[in-house]
Amino acid sequence: MKVQLFIDGQAHLATLGSNLAAALAGLPGRCSVSGQPRAALCGMGVCFECRVTIDGQPHQRACQRVVYEGMEVAREL
Amino acid sequence: MSSELHTDIAIIGAGPAGIAAAIAACAQGAHVTLVDDNPRPGGQIWRGGPSQAPASASSTFRQLADSQARLLSGFRVAAIPAPGQLLLEDPHRAQVLRYGKLIIASGARERLLPFPGWTLPGVTGAGGLQALVKGGLDVRDQHIVLAGTGPLLLASAATLRAAGAQVLLIAEQAPWSQLARFGWALKAYPAKLAQAASLAWQLGGVPYHHASHVLAALGQTRLEGVQLQLGARTLTLPCDWLGVGYGLLPNTELLRALHCQISQGAAEVDALMQTSQAGIYAVGEATGIGGVDKALLEGRIAGLAATGAAAAAQALAPKRKRQLAFAALLDKHFALQPAITQLAQPDTLVCRCEDVSHASLQLFDSWREAKLQTRCGMGACQGRICGAACESLYGWQGSGDRPPLLPTRLGSLLEPTLAKANPT
Ligand SMILES: Cc1cc2nc3c(=O)[nH]c(=O)nc-3n(C[C@H](O)[C@H](O)[C@H](O)COP(=O)(O)OP(=O)(O)OC[C@H]3O[C@@H](n4cnc5c(N)ncnc54)[C@H](O)[C@@H]3O)c2cc1C
Ligand code: FES
Repeated sequence: MKVQLFIDGQAHLATLGSNLAAALAGLPGRCSVSGQPRAALCGMGVCFECRVTIDGQPHQRACQRVVYEGMEVAREL
Repeated sequence: MSSELHTDIAIIGAGPAGIAAAIAACAQGAHVTLVDDNPRPGGQIWRGGPSQAPASASSTFRQLADSQARLLSGFRVAAIPAPGQLLLEDPHRAQVLRYGKLIIASGARERLLPFPGWTLPGVTGAGGLQALVKGGLDVRDQHIVLAGTGPLLLASAATLRAAGAQVLLIAEQAPWSQLARFGWALKAYPAKLAQAASLAWQLGGVPYHHASHVLAALGQTRLEGVQLQLGARTLTLPCDWLGVGYGLLPNTELLRALHCQISQGAAEVDALMQTSQAGIYAVGEATGIGGVDKALLEGRIAGLAATGAAAAAQALAPKRKRQLAFAALLDKHFALQPAITQLAQPDTLVCRCEDVSHASLQLFDSWREAKLQTRCGMGACQGRICGAACESLYGWQGSGDRPPLLPTRLGSLLEPTLAKANPT
């Protein structure tokens, strides 16, 4: 089954039960302090490279969150 | 809203070790609370939770479901407000958990070391990539290179392949002589040997290079390819994903914050898994990297010991010797070759949170100095990634964990005060 989530306002389909970092599939979610694009590294909640804004809450680790219908993701670029 | 929870036994980490501890402690009639950062129980190896776990795990998950353990998934330990208390936080709330005894089953993370290009999107840990695939990452027909060291490279490759990826090759840094000795020693561990044989069979056709490593990840804004050292020759390959991990390291932040003795990067425990602090136990990868069987056994021992069943716990202690011997084998045969710590170029970033380069860190002699001058280790990961890198590259020990354990919300830190002011 698929759920619809929004990444920077654009609708995307993701498999129900998958985690958000998997759904982002390497799309950078943030910029480093010197402006480099970054995406998930450790996949397990340790590195904080996968941070995005979820439903208005900034700096959430995408790899620790399961996608749900209507989830609104804003990349911190 | 503030609230306080009470429990006899708090267990941090719902991987195999924490789950085994919960089952054993519940069977003794204790009230148990199992806390894990992840959305589902299972830890690293059974990451997808009960529905995706292999048959070998299903009876463990069934026993957990049948037990009275309270499971708090998606909660992390954010701080230690007072002895006998933990501040737990999820994305929406904070709660104080008061406990009688504490079992720390915090598992391990990958050792990730810097090389040119390692900050490009598309470069992940080797186990990290496996975790993303277990979490639903679609890798069908994607070209993937895995590199680093240890058995996790094989387990990861098998997961990726089963998910439809094309694993182009595996680069293992250990030389052939070490791998051959490890293979020979495995004969004493029939279950591990069978596991290795099954992985080898699943990976038929994937080239496995020894004495080999990544030199650089290539690309502008995303990974496009990889440059490899394969024995004496170099090779450049286009690829979509690159997973690189140099073995596992115990997660010791919580143990350190509780002043438990750590030696050689792992919790020091007695035969009943108690740490140097009375009433605080450590189990699984947190006491040294040894895999799932060691984790399950240690969890059981601690679950029994913490609930007063010392004789039953003691009876299991001899079995642990064998698991520790296996752990020692892993450590010895997959030790890092010197070349691995010399891959960073002057402009390679070592601290990815604060973007601090190898050239600027080489100027310092210690963590303390480097931290003060460059902010290395002071970003969001609080040294969890660059700490291991600086230890491997510069020999600096311990990045100095101080509470809070993870970046936390100010409101959460006020929680214990609020809980006291408005008792529920
Ligand atoms: C990325 C990765 C992939 C792996 N894949 C495999 C594999 O495929 N096969 C295999 O045999 N072995 C694998 N391993 C090895 C693995 O360490 C062991 O097999 C086994 O999972 C160890 O069990 P454990 O219970 O000690 O720790 P873990 O399974 O690591 O469980 C520890 C749990 O504690 C949680 N935790 C830690 N600190 C906190 C905190 N402060 N607050 C809340 N929760 C916390 C973690 O999120 C985690 O869920 C992998 C290891 C890693 C790091
Ligand atoms: S990928 Fe490392 S914290 Fe999410």
